[in-house]
Amino acid sequence: MDKIISVYGRLLLTAMGQTLLLALYGLFFACIIGMIAGIMSVLKSKVSRAIAMVFVNLIRGVPMIVLAYLIYFGVPYLWNTILGFGGITLSALEAGSICLALNCGAYMAEIIRAGIQSVDVGQMEASRSLGLPYWRSMQRVVLPQAIRTMIPSIINQFIITLKDTSILSVIGFPELVNAAKNVVAATFMSFQTWAIVGSMYLIIILLLQWAAKVLERRLKYES
Amino acid sequence: MNPENVKIHVSHLKKNFKKLEVLKDVSVDIREGEVVVVIGPSGSGKSTFLRCLNRLEESSGGEILVDGIDITDKKTDINRVRERVGMVFQHFNLFKNMSVLRNLMLAPVDLKKESKEEARVHALAMLQRVGLSDKSNAYPQQLSGGQKQRVAIARALCMKPDIMLFDEPTSALDPEMVGEVLDVMKELAREGMTMIIVTHEMGFAREVADRVLFMDGGLILEEGTPEEIFRNPRNPRTQDFLNKVL
Repeated sequence: MDKIISVYGRLLLTAMGQTLLLALYGLFFACIIGMIAGIMSVLKSKVSRAIAMVFVNLIRGVPMIVLAYLIYFGVPYLWNTILGFGGITLSALEAGSICLALNCGAYMAEIIRAGIQSVDVGQMEASRSLGLPYWRSMQRVVLPQAIRTMIPSIINQFIITLKDTSILSVIGFPELVNAAKNVVAATFMSFQTWAIVGSMYLIIILLLQWAAKVLERRLKYES
Repeated sequence: MNPENVKIHVSHLKKNFKKLEVLKDVSVDIREGEVVVVIGPSGSGKSTFLRCLNRLEESSGGEILVDGIDITDKKTDINRVRERVGMVFQHFNLFKNMSVLRNLMLAPVDLKKESKEEARVHALAMLQRVGLSDKSNAYPQQLSGGQKQRVAIARALCMKPDIMLFDEPTSALDPEMVGEVLDVMKELAREGMTMIIVTHEMGFAREVADRVLFMDGGLILEEGTPEEIFRNPRNPRTQDFLNKVL
């Protein structure tokens, strides 16, 4: 174990950085996608709700590993060869981020939809009755209350997404699992290597949970 | 009736929820400064009628003029009308994510009617008026039902409305808190506010109403002064209802 840490420690730490980078990109865009799709699914318009529903069900119905292959290999092939436009390539980081953003975004959309719907309709009505427009009421009254109930689910989803970055080792992104495979191949010390890698994930996730607790406490209304 | 001081003109108002006809044909004029109390059994359409008056419910037919502005017209900027029509709900609906003071200041500041400082001064004055000056920094969940409803009234008044709608304002309150809310409403009535009140408080209706409307089955079946309605109801449904509740 000492040998792995002294010889490959730097490599594993770099890979962990890559994992975090991928997760960060993925989560950032997932939040945007989730917010848009989540709000679309509570609007009056049937069209917007239908679009959101199709997106969520489509993504939830496809395993992420399939989605990863589809985006990394399939999309450039479709664009360049089948449609004949040519010229695009996706890096593993780009494809991986898109894949995580879509996957996590779909689940976030559901969390956000449920969060908004958990706020009593009377809150919106009271705000509208004072003359505030719909979006302003959303922004000032409904969303702040919704976000508070969403936080535990969002953090849970962040953790799942962080761990799901390991799936993207299949498209060759140099994240932690990929690096670990190389270390095992070179040293044959599979137990030690995987134990170290497991601990690295665990530490990140414990830190994330701790941050979530602090955030949750901060967001509590005085009472 | 002098048409010039008609505040709200409702003619042939209809409202359906899918196939259910909640309001069949409601016509009524409400004059400036008038206190109109709407009574009737549950499911009679009283609340729906009230909610149509600020378009929280879209009407399915007929016409509603508020200060001469047709609010059933899609082109009407309903938000501008709502600024002048306050509403108080059965379940208070105070914004849970804000202190009492911020509840009161939100709309005036957000709609740029007042600066923050003006809104604060005004809000504190309103709180004093409803007897809750000491609660400005409390959060809604720290208040009793009666206090919540008084804050809700103050919040609506902060927009300086000239019409106030009350949707069963005391129905969710413990009996000992009903009085404090009704007192605030009586005060408002005395000051000449135009008020439309859906309530089950018959004693209150008798005391403050200029006119009582009895609704059942989506229609106004009878209207008159409290004296006429409570002493001498003519419609058999009104008689039946009053026999049950009085």
